[in-house]
Amino acid sequence: MEAGELDRRLAATWSTPPGLWGALSTVDHKIIGRRYTVTAFVFLALGGVLALLMRLQLAQPEARFIGPDRYNQIFTMHGSNMMFLFAVPVMQAMAIYLVPLMVGTRHIAFPRLNAFSYWMYLAGGLLLWIAFAVDTGPDIGWFAYVPLSGPQYAAGKRADIWAQMITFTEVSALAIAVEIVVTVFKQRAPGMSLDRIPLFVWSMLVTSFLVILAMPAIMIASTSLILDRLVGTHFFNPAEGGDVLLWQHLFWFFGHPEVYIIFLPAVGMVSSIVATFTQRPVFGYLAMVMALIATGVLAFGLWVHHMFVAGLPRLGESFFTASSMAIAVPAGLQIFCWLATIWAGRPIFKTPFLFVIGFIVVFVIGGLTGVMVASVPFDTQVHDTYFVVAHFHYVLVGGAVFPLLGAIYYWFPKLTGRMMSETLGRWSFGLIFSGFNLTFFPMHILGLQGMPRRIYTYQPEMPWSGLNMFISLSGIVLAAGFLLFFIDAIRSARSGPIAPANPWGASTLEWATSSPPPSYNFARLPVVESLEPLSDRSDPLGTVEGLHTDRRELLITSVVEARAEARESSVGNSIWPLLAALATSAMLIWSIFTPWAVVWGSIPIAVALIGWFWPKGDPEDES
Amino acid sequence: MRAPRIGLLSTGVLVSGCSGSQSALNPYGAPAVHVEHLIVGIVVLSGVIWLLVMVMLALALRRGRRAETEGQTSEGRLTMTVSAAVAVTVAIIAGMTIASFYTTRSMGVPQSAALTITVRAQQWWWQVIYAGSDGTPTFQTANEIHIPVGQDVRLQLESTDVIHSFWVPSLAGKQDLVPGRPNDLLLRAEKPGIYRGQCAEFCGLQHSHMAVMVVAEAPADYARWITSQRADAKMPADPDAASGQAAFLAKPCAACHTIRGTQATGTTGPDLTHIGSRQTIAAGLLETTRGSLAAWIADPQTLKPGNNMPMVPLTSIELQNICAYMDSLK
Ligand code: HEM
Ligand SMILES: [Cu+2]
Repeated sequence: MEAGELDRRLAATWSTPPGLWGALSTVDHKIIGRRYTVTAFVFLALGGVLALLMRLQLAQPEARFIGPDRYNQIFTMHGSNMMFLFAVPVMQAMAIYLVPLMVGTRHIAFPRLNAFSYWMYLAGGLLLWIAFAVDTGPDIGWFAYVPLSGPQYAAGKRADIWAQMITFTEVSALAIAVEIVVTVFKQRAPGMSLDRIPLFVWSMLVTSFLVILAMPAIMIASTSLILDRLVGTHFFNPAEGGDVLLWQHLFWFFGHPEVYIIFLPAVGMVSSIVATFTQRPVFGYLAMVMALIATGVLAFGLWVHHMFVAGLPRLGESFFTASSMAIAVPAGLQIFCWLATIWAGRPIFKTPFLFVIGFIVVFVIGGLTGVMVASVPFDTQVHDTYFVVAHFHYVLVGGAVFPLLGAIYYWFPKLTGRMMSETLGRWSFGLIFSGFNLTFFPMHILGLQGMPRRIYTYQPEMPWSGLNMFISLSGIVLAAGFLLFFIDAIRSARSGPIAPANPWGASTLEWATSSPPPSYNFARLPVVESLEPLSDRSDPLGTVEGLHTDRRELLITSVVEARAEARESSVGNSIWPLLAALATSAMLIWSIFTPWAVVWGSIPIAVALIGWFWPKGDPEDES
Repeated sequence: MRAPRIGLLSTGVLVSGCSGSQSALNPYGAPAVHVEHLIVGIVVLSGVIWLLVMVMLALALRRGRRAETEGQTSEGRLTMTVSAAVAVTVAIIAGMTIASFYTTRSMGVPQSAALTITVRAQQWWWQVIYAGSDGTPTFQTANEIHIPVGQDVRLQLESTDVIHSFWVPSLAGKQDLVPGRPNDLLLRAEKPGIYRGQCAEFCGLQHSHMAVMVVAEAPADYARWITSQRADAKMPADPDAASGQAAFLAKPCAACHTIRGTQATGTTGPDLTHIGSRQTIAAGLLETTRGSLAAWIADPQTLKPGNNMPMVPLTSIELQNICAYMDSLK
């Protein structure tokens, strides 16, 4: 078949119909991934505005811009928004877009579930922000410790809103994790054996397992909290035999891996960028994969380091100190491997690579302060102070947002078909890097000087005013850097220079198709013969023949060797995921007001699910 | 990393209620001193490590730029270098872990400590209960803990509502007060002084205004203080204070506050028996003066929005008399 004819037929089969109906019913992983990413960045911007508001209030002692009630809502919103609505979703969103392309398949596994997960995420985010807009935002901290978040001390609906938002994001994150695992295990291009999987895909695979293993803990926690609040159970009420620390164990058993759920994808992004911009494969592929897995395993062994001052047995604390410190070893290993890659490669100093350099500078500080707080005696002084605020921003912003911004510059051509501006990129990197360090480094000192976190004000006698003012001013520099980034992204998406298929000379499969890719990803599915399929050969990639073009069909391969096993049909566009998400959201929000909502609200959900899974005579139900 | 002793804003004895006395880098008690040594050690070591990594990064970037002319480094040499770096990391991590265990051992609370004081946290103030030699409570005070210098003191930490955290950085690391799970903490001051601390666990609306003062004094002074606190409140001597007392007992004040020796036996708010002798009111918010007392009682909700004391309507004469009375309760 001629190339033009093939494209035409595949497009007819795979593309999303134009207009509103198409937008609401599409299951194209690229459209959803892009939508997801943009939504997450909107939440990043909103969370940033909240941060600026907090810094406005804290710039001076006993300031009266924001009272305690609003302030507590703001810092709770900032934390919950950044963790649950930005950081985790944005990494998963990038994976939804990139992983199918990087493993050389036409579609993500479970595309309708994917659409559903986006709508759930959007609904959870809207719920939280609308509640905040009408002064019902949660005010119990993003960690929502009981009893402060329990029925006795958190009257009204604020804490319920928080707990339900958690449920929305849990559902969404779990769905994506399952899709990624299946896509990576069963849909890789023929020949992409386990030792030829790109490092970013590995990192998303490990991350997805972390999501699947950690989320049940927070589900149990938030459900128990809702039961305590709405039905009157006493899971966390010590007066009735409940236990306050049970909440903390459940929360941190999820909450600590959560940090790695955010960080590991970033590690994968760094590896992709380093390989491309040093023009050689990342040194120590096997060691990198092992480090990812080791980090994932160890991530579950250190939740107690958030509870060192809660009064736990000393022996237990020693174990968790040791495991918390041990996690620095795989992190160090990865840093050394990147350094070796740079050493042996030929670095090209483009914006994505600058963000990687910034990442190394900043993340090493965050890692070292992490080792500090893993030490029980050290932690008894800095826990819940600004030292910890500094530490985790070095890890989360330095360790995840820097790589993410680099990744956006790097994959922007693949996402939009256009290039971002190199000049603006350098400026925004410079502003973000310096603004970030000026804002957060002094917080280490404030913490050692005794400033607790989550305070809406402090007294003029305390020696903290100078640094606080300095930090607030630096925050403006940081915000300016982000603003520039947003301007660049929006402008370039509309009118940036048109990108070729492989503008950076990268070697992984997503660059083997046009920028942006067609609805069917690859006209002919590639066959992989090495870790670097695009750079190791000058002739075109081998391709698979024999898939149907008149219906959505995927190639299924074996887990280890990625040998072709079967052809499998993939579902088409459908409005049911949206309807199911609406029904589920209605039930979850309604249940904040009465437990009966669970009973009545499940009827529309059942209807939506029946519509979703209704068997069709022809599985290729294309309209 | 910056050199450690940045917090040296105050020196030696800490006179007035606050200023600079709340720093982990200004330790005046054995537990805090041990931790400070550990902090300084780890921070300096980490600074060195960071510098080394940065040097490696800079070298890699420079070398990478010239790689074209100098040819490739062999995989074998890279592997050896990376392995060596990982081995050094493991050694350093192990060293820090051992140093940390060693310091932890020195922080244990001896159950035999001669003196035990119960600290009960509430939204948003500290109730402090002193027991007699037989263990039964003898008197209580609020937001201010007196301890003798040079002696191990065991704090029994409890909470009646939400989780709080007791933290006086110059004397010891923090410890949470968890409802239903009493904890304890070793406190020891080597020098007389007033050490400020603050609740460190987010506990609701006025978490920011929940300070505590630890007053460490020579054993003789401490004994004198104990004797004076054991005594009931003095009967007001001058007529203003006397009518202040009458007003206090007639108004809702007495429903929430105790003044030993009068009919006021409320337990919702702090015991006011010796309020006039305390450094601060409202958990460190204001120094105790007649003026600040008046400001607080006239309108507690503007000074500390959302705290659990309502505004009690008083005429200005009543207010002045009540303040005269409070002030006389030394
Ligand atoms: C005119 C009558 C009252 C007077 C003169 C009075 C006096 C005071 C004073 C001097 C303090 C500061 C104590 C300290 O921090 O050491 C205080 C705090 C407090 N009072 Fe009252 N009080 C009155 C009425 C009440 C009432 C009716 C309640 C209970 C409904 C109450 C509850 C509290 C509470 C909970 C605090 C601690 C506030 C905090 O720091 O968060 N008071 N009161
Ligand atoms: Cu507090």
